[in-house]
Amino acid sequence: MAYRWTNTLTQADITPKAAYLNRRQILAGTVGLGAIGLAGGAQAQELEPNTLEEITSYNNFYEFGTGKEDPARNAHQLVTSPWSIKVAGMVDNPGDYALADLLDGLTVEDRIYRFRCVEAWSMVIPWNGIELADILNKVGVQSGAKYVAFETVVQPDNMIGVQRRVLDFPYVEGLRLDEAMHPLTIMATGIYGEPISNQNGAPIRLVVPWKYGFKSIKSIVGITLTDEEPPTSWNKANAREYGFYSNVNPNVDHPRWSQASERKIGGGLFASRQETLMFNGYPEVASLYEGQDLSVDI
Amino acid sequence: MTPSQSINGALRKVPAWTVYIVGAVYAVWQFWRALNQIGPYLVEPINVLERAYGEVGLQLMVLGLLVTPLRKWTGVNLLKFRRAIGVTAFFFVLAHFLVFAILDVQSLGRVWTEIVKRPYVTVGMVSFMMMIPLVVTSNNLSVRKIGTAAWRKLHKLTYLAAILGVVHYLWLVKGFQIEPIVYAVVVAVLLLARVRKWKQVATDARGAA
Repeated sequence: MAYRWTNTLTQADITPKAAYLNRRQILAGTVGLGAIGLAGGAQAQELEPNTLEEITSYNNFYEFGTGKEDPARNAHQLVTSPWSIKVAGMVDNPGDYALADLLDGLTVEDRIYRFRCVEAWSMVIPWNGIELADILNKVGVQSGAKYVAFETVVQPDNMIGVQRRVLDFPYVEGLRLDEAMHPLTIMATGIYGEPISNQNGAPIRLVVPWKYGFKSIKSIVGITLTDEEPPTSWNKANAREYGFYSNVNPNVDHPRWSQASERKIGGGLFASRQETLMFNGYPEVASLYEGQDLSVDI
Repeated sequence: MTPSQSINGALRKVPAWTVYIVGAVYAVWQFWRALNQIGPYLVEPINVLERAYGEVGLQLMVLGLLVTPLRKWTGVNLLKFRRAIGVTAFFFVLAHFLVFAILDVQSLGRVWTEIVKRPYVTVGMVSFMMMIPLVVTSNNLSVRKIGTAAWRKLHKLTYLAAILGVVHYLWLVKGFQIEPIVYAVVVAVLLLARVRKWKQVATDARGAA
């Protein structure tokens, strides 16, 4: 079932390692080539992946603190090996799976996705991951299951934010089954071809590119199939501000700030804003929400 | 000599304008770090600079309010720095607003929309506006012109500006976060202490009359 979704970008678009390690140095040396870059088309330029440094040093992972640089500072304490995932609920083969067993035989693909945070910043991230549908099919989804619930690990001694009770931990998230089975939805295990860093959600995290970043739950230890909409952490914390769907939607503002535009990380002090795209630029998911009023189902 | 006496002795040699110099150097240094994306400014300098200026502004407001109780409780006398602290606080809040308007939101129309539409921005803006008459009258000429009693009354606005600054901070964070709550508690304690004193003064005045 892998390769159901194809990037408009290819492997050649992935920044070479030497470059992503410090793109600013490279850019400094290639100012003269800037004009050629401009001719390359807005779309391609817009989807230039962020550097690994950017991706790993500006994170929201409240279990490790609320500052953007806190996860990079504190997440080394997360213990990711051994790792097992409890698969439960309406599945044919429930149980505690060692991570390697759960993923055994499944295909890891490169997926360069836009990533849009609910706080109105964005990145472009070259993930390596497995279609969630492949994992769900492997464990066998029973008929009648309508939702997938996810849970993040809690290691209180290693997670300073858990001790501070910023949210009601463990962090939980959920998707409707059709969202979970969509080919765009992946479980990421790597970035830039390397194992995903702890602050990015090691050893395995969800990536749903058309939804705000907080839906893409990190460091997953539980997957449960249910027939009822599962609770989700930010919705529990503030239902007025964070709905179950949380699709990227420039027409529906967060109550406290506009969602019409975003700032792509990496542009420096004078970076300009860019317009936020409906479904974060993934119109192929629109059919999932036919008949729904997305200004109500936020 | 007590510790507070030796601190006061040392402070006597420091002119009040040192506060402006230190404030300006710090603000420029932070801007330079943001421009070159150093330290906390590595990845997203705009948001980090915006918050850095705003937080220093709030810290200086609180420090300004602390001057009198600090003298009462510890004997350390920062009175001659208070005006400079308050004015420097204003300049940090101004810098905070400018980063928000020019670097973050990037359009005057949208800045206006944000101020009108987002309550936490509205509250921050009101706090900022309140500081303007305080800064304008932070000179000896104004004290003489307005009269000491009226001037003091006007400058009680500092408390309201600080409270609104704290509300602005409490309102903008996501989830349950400690930092804004700490500011809220400090300002509340200072205000309560001051209100008790004002009541005392009022009672004494009636008793004397």
